[in-house]
Order: sequence, then C-alpha cells, then structure tokens
Amino acid sequence: MKSKHILLAHGSGGSMMHDLIKEVFLPAFDNPLLRQGNDLAVLDNPGGRLAFTTDSYVVHPLVFPGGSIGELAVHGTINDLAMGGARPLALSVGMILEEGLEIRLLEDIVGRMKLAADNAGVPIATGDTKVVERGSCDGMFINTSGIGVVDESLRIGGAEARDGDVVILSGTIGDHGVAVMSERKGIRFTTPVKSDTQALHRLVAHMLEVTTDIHVLRDPTRGGVATTLNEIAMQSGHGIEIEEDLLPIPPAVTGACDLLGLDPLYLANEGKLIAIMPARYADDMIAAMRSLPEGKDSCRIGRVVTELPGVVRMKTGIGGTRIINVLSGEMLPRIC
Amino acid sequence: MSVLSAFRDSSRARVILEQIRRRDTGPVCIMEFCGGHTVAIFRSGLRSVMPEHVRMLSGPGCPVCVTSNADLDRAVALAKTPGVILATYGDMLRVPGSQESLMQVKARGFDVEVVYSTLDALSLAEARPDREIVFFGIGFETTAPAAAAAVLQARTRGLRNFSLCSVMKLTIPGAKALLGAGDVHVDAVIGPGHVASIIGSDAWRFLPEDYGIPVAISGFETLDLLMATDALLRMIEEKSPDLVNAYSRIVRPEGNRKAWGMVEQVFDTRDTSWRGFGVLPDSGLALRESFSEFDADIRFNISIEESAEHPACRCGEVLRGVVTPLDCNVFGTSCTPESPLGPCMVSSEGSCAAYYHYQRVSTAVHPGD
Repeated sequence: MKSKHILLAHGSGGSMMHDLIKEVFLPAFDNPLLRQGNDLAVLDNPGGRLAFTTDSYVVHPLVFPGGSIGELAVHGTINDLAMGGARPLALSVGMILEEGLEIRLLEDIVGRMKLAADNAGVPIATGDTKVVERGSCDGMFINTSGIGVVDESLRIGGAEARDGDVVILSGTIGDHGVAVMSERKGIRFTTPVKSDTQALHRLVAHMLEVTTDIHVLRDPTRGGVATTLNEIAMQSGHGIEIEEDLLPIPPAVTGACDLLGLDPLYLANEGKLIAIMPARYADDMIAAMRSLPEGKDSCRIGRVVTELPGVVRMKTGIGGTRIINVLSGEMLPRIC
Repeated sequence: MSVLSAFRDSSRARVILEQIRRRDTGPVCIMEFCGGHTVAIFRSGLRSVMPEHVRMLSGPGCPVCVTSNADLDRAVALAKTPGVILATYGDMLRVPGSQESLMQVKARGFDVEVVYSTLDALSLAEARPDREIVFFGIGFETTAPAAAAAVLQARTRGLRNFSLCSVMKLTIPGAKALLGAGDVHVDAVIGPGHVASIIGSDAWRFLPEDYGIPVAISGFETLDLLMATDALLRMIEEKSPDLVNAYSRIVRPEGNRKAWGMVEQVFDTRDTSWRGFGVLPDSGLALRESFSEFDADIRFNISIEESAEHPACRCGEVLRGVVTPLDCNVFGTSCTPESPLGPCMVSSEGSCAAYYHYQRVSTAVHPGD
C-alpha cells in the first residue's frame, strides 16, 4: 500500500478501494466463496433449519491483552449461532474505518480475524468496507453476520429452563472485562489478565453428543453472568440459585475487581457459556466439556428452582443469601 | 493466599459464625453506622445467617444520604451560576433536590463535572483558568483530609479560580444525636473502620464510657465483620462494654495524626443540618477564616428558596434506624435506583439501594439447602 493511513478515498469505490481489498482483505480472508468476487456469496444448504444472527463490535481499545476487536467480531457471531445449537456455515464482515486509521493496525486486525475464522473452520464469505471522516468512529467498527444450520430436534432457549435443572458454567469469569478495563485505564498487573475470547461451537457440538436435551445455552457477554441468569429467570418464570463458593473467579480477576470497584458477576466474558439441563446429565456433561480446551474449567454453579420466580439468588460463602440483580445505572464503557 | 482473600475464607467464617450462634446474649440490636459496612453486610449475606435474636440495623453513615436538601439546592444554585463549573463526586448527580437534581441541571446545559478526587478538581481549575471551579465537598472524616489537601495545594499553586462548598460532617455528633433521640434502641455498634483510621479508634470510647454500649471497629471483609460482631456479642454476654479494634491492620488508637492535623489547620467546626436529624451543633466542617478566599459560600453568596423533601420519602427515618426501607410505601415502586425519590436509593452506600439490590424480597434459605 502506498499510504500508511486510511484515507477517505479508500472507501470511494475507486481504485484505492480496489487496492485496499486486493492488498489487505483478499490475501487474508482468501477462500473460494470470496474469490468469486461478486456482491454476494452463494452457499450450499446442507439441510435443517437455518439460523441467522448479526452483531456489531465497537470495543475501545481496539487491541487488548488476549485479543482484539477482530477476534471478538468472529467469535462473538459464531457463539451467537452456537448458543442456539446451530452449526455455523459462513460469516459476513462489514467494516467501518475511520479516516487516519493506520493501515498496519488494520492489517494486524484483519490477520487476527483470518486466524480466528480459520481456527473455527468458518469461512468469511462476503464483506463490505466504508470509510468515515476522522472523529466519526473510534478507529474502526465491525459488524459480522452469521448463518448456520440447526438440527430439527433441538429446543434450546431461555424459556426452557425447568425446576431442578443444573446450571453449568464452561470456565472462569470476568477475564475479558478486566483485560479491557485494565488496558483502558493503563493498569498493569503482575499476572496480566487476558481476554477469554474464543469460539464455542465445537464445545456445543460436543455437548450435544452427551444429550440433545439441553434446555438453555447462553454466552454471558455484556452484563456478565448476573445479567444472563436474570434474563433466563425472567424468560422461564423460574428462580435460579447459585453458590458463591462454586464460582470460578481467577485470583487476578478478583484482585483487579477490588482495585477498580467492579463485580466479576457483571463483567463481560467472550468465550464462556452457561448451560442449563436436567440434573441427571451434569456429571457426564461436565466431564465431556472438560475434555476440550475451551471447556477445561467447566463446573456446576447452581440450579433452577420454583421459589421466587424471575429472581436470581446467591448462597454466599458464609451460607447467607443475597439477590443477584440485573445491572442498573451506568453500564461499563464499550467493552465488546 | 493474599491478605484480602484470607479475610474472605468461608471455612474460617463458618467457625466464627458457630461461635456467634453459641453466644448467650438474649435479643440484641447491633447497628452499623457506616454505609460501606451496610453494603458489605448485604453482599456477604451476613444478616440472613445471624441467629434470630441478633438484629442488625443500618445507621446514618452514608454521606450522600445525610446531605440535607438545602445543601443540595445550594449545589444546584452554584452549578447554575454563570462562569461556574461544579465539580462533584458521581454519587451526588442523581440525588433529587427540592426542584431538580444535578443531573437534570447538567442535562439543561450547565456545567457539572464528575471527579474522582479533589485533586481532579484542582487539575480542572488549572486547565480552565477562564472558569470558576467549585468543588462540592461532601463526606465524613475520611474525605476531609483530601479536601484540606486540595485547599492547601490551591494556595501553594496560586489557584484563584478554585473554591470549596463544604458540607462535610463529623460522625461522632451524628452518632450522639442518634443515640440521644431515643427513638431507636441500640445494644452495640459496629464502628466505622475508615473514619477510625483517620480520627483513631479511641475517638469511639465515649460509646462504652458514656452510653454503656460496646463498640467494635471493623474492616469491610466478611471475616472482619464477623469478628467485630462476635466481639460485640462477647462483651454483651460478659456485661462488660468496651472498645475493641477489630481492624488493627489499618486503624491505630490515635488515628492518622498527620491527616487530621491538616483538617484542623484548614477547617473549623460549625452547626450543620443533617437529613433526618435537623441541625446538630458543631457537627460540620467549615473553612477557617484564614482560608476564606477558597470558601464558595463567601465567594458566590448563594441564596436559596425554602427547601422541600418529597412527602412520601422516609429517608430521614431510615437514616435514624427507626424504619427499614421495606417499611416505606414507595420503596421499589415509585422509588427505584433508576428514578429515586430520596438519596438513600441513589447512593451506592445508601440503605435503600442496598436493600433494593440485595434483598428486595425475603431471601431466607431453608436449612439443609
């Protein structure tokens, strides 16, 4: 590339835009679908119901310990599909770039997206780029959409939670939120906390081999575990009880939360899931989840109850109880 | 194991809890004065595991909550004064004054800046020499040293556009007013750890000596609170009221002399008005005459109309411990953290907010759960 920075002309539809696509996007995302060079991708339909989702990513800073906006954009949309039990088929990527963005940073992020998509085995089938004036966006915004197929027999959703179901969490919580917040505030920890950004569709496929009778799958992203559990409690009309001593919170996350005045239960995660299913599957399910790297710290954190419909309660370390509310008031700054 | 995680160790906590359950005291009421303790007690679920005869009650120790509406109205008036940027802690923004909150004033285009410390307010004054920066100073003995330091710094740096609107209060006159009012019976007090770190644990000796009430200065972790509670119950059991410093890793008997010395250099006491208590003699901190050039009250000569509280709000009684938030008709209905009618629902240390977030409904767990 001749220019070191993104110029408005890179979004004009003219030759500079073609250069950008040819030199930055195509070499990274190269695959047969994209190589067709058309305005759309045509996919084979392997059969089953179609799942379709979209999400936009506006995180600041663009790069943080353990990841970047690029990995989030790929993993986040794959995970949205996976939480319905869908097998992801392909992604689209829409990029909004700010005039003045360093091309090297763009290349870095595009490279991270390619790696994330390759590792997940999900092609980026179509894309679009726009450039906006300086000051109109924070470096770059990314939108990704995803399409997948769902088995006819699956009935997964927040309303499906039943009395006596077990609540399983696929690993530690708070890592992503702390990684982004500490980078933003310029705080360095002796053990740096890294974002947990990762794709969860293989974990879900593996879980569905144990049983297809999974009632709820949800990734606790914005608003964290507390908000996700409250959504499930409200959707299902059941209560949820979790136990403080069972929550897997890394010591570094606890320490950072003490320092920054945050509660790990409300921090975003980008590579974890909450699964709710009949309690009889719990042991086999946790063993299966732990056999994959993305689920190695899976554990039971609580159960679904009939008392106090719509309310999430926590049994505290000393055996007391308190309510886990939805986040109220100020949201944390842009973290995904 | 880090220092803090040792104070969160569930197995040690259960041992102390067993000891608490064995204490033979009869029915007792323990009050925590400090809002930080209120939140810590709710977060740990401490109330729900106390034996039935031990009642825990929240007191007036939230600085946002005890700020009177007249003082809030003064802050609003200052924010509307031409040329002024009002710098304040974020908790004050949504507290409803007689007519409007600082947040509403800000939305109407007046300059209200949220700062995290008094030094941020000084930096603001340096960055905006064209504007008058007024710091709305709320708080107890814990925040007073930072306010004093800011005034001293402003003098050293020659900042002529910085001033302080002091509504800071002293906890001990507040505690005495509460006990003297006689409308709530208190058997023992969990003493405020952060306040004691500044004024010293010995400042609280008046409780056992003058009132016969045991006091235990406590930290803010679960184990701190359990140890303090156990010490209080032991003193009640032994009928020997005394002062126990259960937060000795931070609090010294004489406190932080240097910090308090600075406060005494800059401030003098004055009568001041508390929500729920009215005017209490010598309970507020005002700038000394030698620092009057930094006194926003003198610089701007603000006058306000008669202040009024929302007629349904019972924050005053909640602060005195006469009623709990659950006794208030508007709690959780027309008064919520999103649209508060009174300060106790706004402040992160307010009793109503703590009840709302952690104990909106009865949360008793069944034995054997």
